[in-house]
Amino acid sequence: MYEHDVIVVGAGGAGLRAAIAAQEAGADVAMVSKLHPVRSHTGAAEGGINAALRDADSWEDHAYDTMKGSDYLGDAPAVEALCRESPEEVIRLEHWGMPFSREDDGRVSQRPFGGLSFPRTTYAGAETGHQMLHTMYEQVVKRGITVYDEWHVMDLAVTDEDDPADRTCHGVVGYDIQTGEVSGFRAENGVILATGGMGQVFDHTTNAVANTGDGVAMAYRAGVPMEDMEFIQFHPTTLPSTGVLISEGVRGEGGILYNSEGERFMFEHGYANNDGELASRDVVSRAELTEVNEGRGIEDEYVHLDMRHLGEERILDRLENILHLAEDFEGADGLTEPMPVKPGQHYAMGGIETNEHGETVIDGLYAAGECACASVHGANRLGGNALPELIVFGKRAGRHAAGEDMGEAEIETGRSGDWEPADYEFEVEVGETGGRGPAAADGGAVATDADGVLAAAVDRAQERVETLLARSGRNHAEIRSKVQKTMTDNVNVFREEPGLKETLSDLREAREEYQDVAVSDPSRTFNTDLIHTMETRNILDIAEALTMGALARREFRGAHWRKENQIRDDENWLKHTLVSWNDGEPELWYKPVILEGENKEYEPKNRSY
Amino acid sequence: MSTQIPQQTDESSETETEPEAASKGEERRAEKRRRAAEERERRQAEEAEKAAADEETVELKVFRYDPEIEGKQEPRFDTFHVPFTKGMTVLDALMYSRDTYDSSLTFRHSCRQAVCGSDAMFVNGGQKLACKTQIADLEQPVRVEPLPHADVRKDLVVDMEHFYEQMEAVEPYFQTNEYPDGELEEQRQTRENREKVKMSTRCIWCSACMSSCNIAAGDNEYLGPAAINKAYRFAMDEREGEEIKQKRLEIIEQEHGVWRCQTQFSCTEVCPKDIPLTEHIQELKREAVKNNLKFW
Repeated sequence: MYEHDVIVVGAGGAGLRAAIAAQEAGADVAMVSKLHPVRSHTGAAEGGINAALRDADSWEDHAYDTMKGSDYLGDAPAVEALCRESPEEVIRLEHWGMPFSREDDGRVSQRPFGGLSFPRTTYAGAETGHQMLHTMYEQVVKRGITVYDEWHVMDLAVTDEDDPADRTCHGVVGYDIQTGEVSGFRAENGVILATGGMGQVFDHTTNAVANTGDGVAMAYRAGVPMEDMEFIQFHPTTLPSTGVLISEGVRGEGGILYNSEGERFMFEHGYANNDGELASRDVVSRAELTEVNEGRGIEDEYVHLDMRHLGEERILDRLENILHLAEDFEGADGLTEPMPVKPGQHYAMGGIETNEHGETVIDGLYAAGECACASVHGANRLGGNALPELIVFGKRAGRHAAGEDMGEAEIETGRSGDWEPADYEFEVEVGETGGRGPAAADGGAVATDADGVLAAAVDRAQERVETLLARSGRNHAEIRSKVQKTMTDNVNVFREEPGLKETLSDLREAREEYQDVAVSDPSRTFNTDLIHTMETRNILDIAEALTMGALARREFRGAHWRKENQIRDDENWLKHTLVSWNDGEPELWYKPVILEGENKEYEPKNRSY
Repeated sequence: MSTQIPQQTDESSETETEPEAASKGEERRAEKRRRAAEERERRQAEEAEKAAADEETVELKVFRYDPEIEGKQEPRFDTFHVPFTKGMTVLDALMYSRDTYDSSLTFRHSCRQAVCGSDAMFVNGGQKLACKTQIADLEQPVRVEPLPHADVRKDLVVDMEHFYEQMEAVEPYFQTNEYPDGELEEQRQTRENREKVKMSTRCIWCSACMSSCNIAAGDNEYLGPAAINKAYRFAMDEREGEEIKQKRLEIIEQEHGVWRCQTQFSCTEVCPKDIPLTEHIQELKREAVKNNLKFW
């Protein structure tokens, strides 16, 4: 068993920042990650970090843009924390040596991004995430923070009270990928989940193969509600054959979208008469697919993104990485021809329900970054708002977990305040196959002390590993691809009831197949077959919660579009969707959005660009 | 160049004694392995037939090794036939082989877009990132091996610890003695200076350069191209200031530092991010000489 004050699960942007903050606040902190930190997918972020750094700008404007971008499903206390603290966090990165792009006067550059009223996106070429990830890992090395890399966290060690709000998290169970050892990691103060995205739920995604939403699924099964899971961002410019991301920075610098007729459709077909290509991401993605669906796509699949007119010098200075990506992964030369692009899964706005300190409803369990939902992005995330979320909420969760007093949070978690049950009946069974199991946390009923809870969790994990290795059965890969396919077919940019229902029953089938899953590689050394098999369970649980939310929410808000009700329906739907695992029998419920900021109320307005 | 398998005389006897307690499980597993092997052979035979009939199939010869699995303790090559699709990379072909024929085929990979640095391998005799190497550009059969000059853990996975230690030996973090006064005040950096360090900041820690370097192969303590490049990234960054630069030059001038480099350019040739590693090492040598003259 390993023991630390604070355990951070995941070592991307949010995890690294959380670890640094916890250590600065005096905690003995360790990171546990299935990848070495520099392999994390934060490194693939391209565009930039929104921060109101300049006199002509203000954090209040940034907050206004973010609330509008969220289609009024962001919670004001979280949004305001993000916008208020992003500038100091960006400057801190600069002080840690991050190589930002520069202006002639030597100050960091900022560029326009979609949905922003001021060019406040700070960047380092088109490789901002790579530079941010490496800069923060350098700080972790400098501080000598312990990193258990290539340890896959299998589960949380949580007590098993009936009400999740009474439960406590005492640590995690890790599986050492190099040796096959299963071991407990005891966290004296807290566990911070920073496991990133869940893009592998879909088959055309900008996310890494490792982005299987492990932390999200673990928290869900332990009793933490999943918030706004139906809100998935489909990025309008991904390469058709691989899903590799082409940064919004291309459009920020002046790149133009054309259909097969050579029309600049964002304007010519009236999708966004003011902002054109720089409208919010959901708007542009729907526009592209509408063009393709109406026969104006190229090869019936994609549209063109043209940046040739920007000139070689500007492209090389600010977007060089894009040239390499288009060349290596699509065979297109961005200097001499337009690049083919289509929408692809990019980001999950929803996730583990937290307050603005990163706390979940379970005592001692935190979440930060893409896996968490505070919520700052609501129904749609603005470009350039993901990276500041990592550093602002990573820092906040780290400090709080280390015991710093941050005052009472304004956002309530769990079923407190004005929550309401959903009156939606799902036609297929959802949740654990065979109905309600033992309490997900399942402390074995006897264990109440921290060490006992952890030891019981380790035993269960060990048993699971032995079972998967010993029995014969189905390989997980076909189950995973079945889930990815049905999600991409029906829970995509355009959603309608029959398709969503079909997916829910496909998922049921996949769940039943997963009952017979087995690992054919018997090795204890670097058994990726085993790791992927465990990840596929996480993908299943997440896909189901996501589809449940998508079915129930009959309106069009931000990234979520429903054929049956193509308007934003504030009267009925100005509220968060929550799904609780409920020990294997998932339940859907709602809670109000907080539009009340520190000094102002954010009045829902028509979101036009 | 040779692929290094760790010494394992003791280990193999250990793995033989361990399973006694779980003999039933062992039997089941053995049975399972037999069946899995049969299934694999059947599918492979099908693909081989297809291959004979259809030219659009890629033949991969993949290095296999597992220290604890009978039949894999002696390194061998397995052949996989993969249906070719336009734009297919070596990583795509490996993933197809794993998901279709043999789920125990093991390799590191994550981002699929040449930024996480997980999948550097030895492909047809050269260090490459599997995800950005097009099958169409390679001669067949495509031979895929783990990176040379590193201990193999299993199949295509090598031990990265030594590489990480060298990276961390050069104080790979920003240092300065003076920050601007205002709390929200950034340090100034000229565009030219940012441009100067730009290529060096692109390193993704894939270790292809280290694997290609003859000097690193012969001198285990040599910092190697990636670590020296990391030192360059900071030494050339004007924000750190002269005093820190002094310290950085001392680090790279140590016995196993820049002077070991014999400018063979192998690191520069294999770098998937096109970092001019040899030039950076040469420039640090020049800086060091200038610096030494200054105090002479």
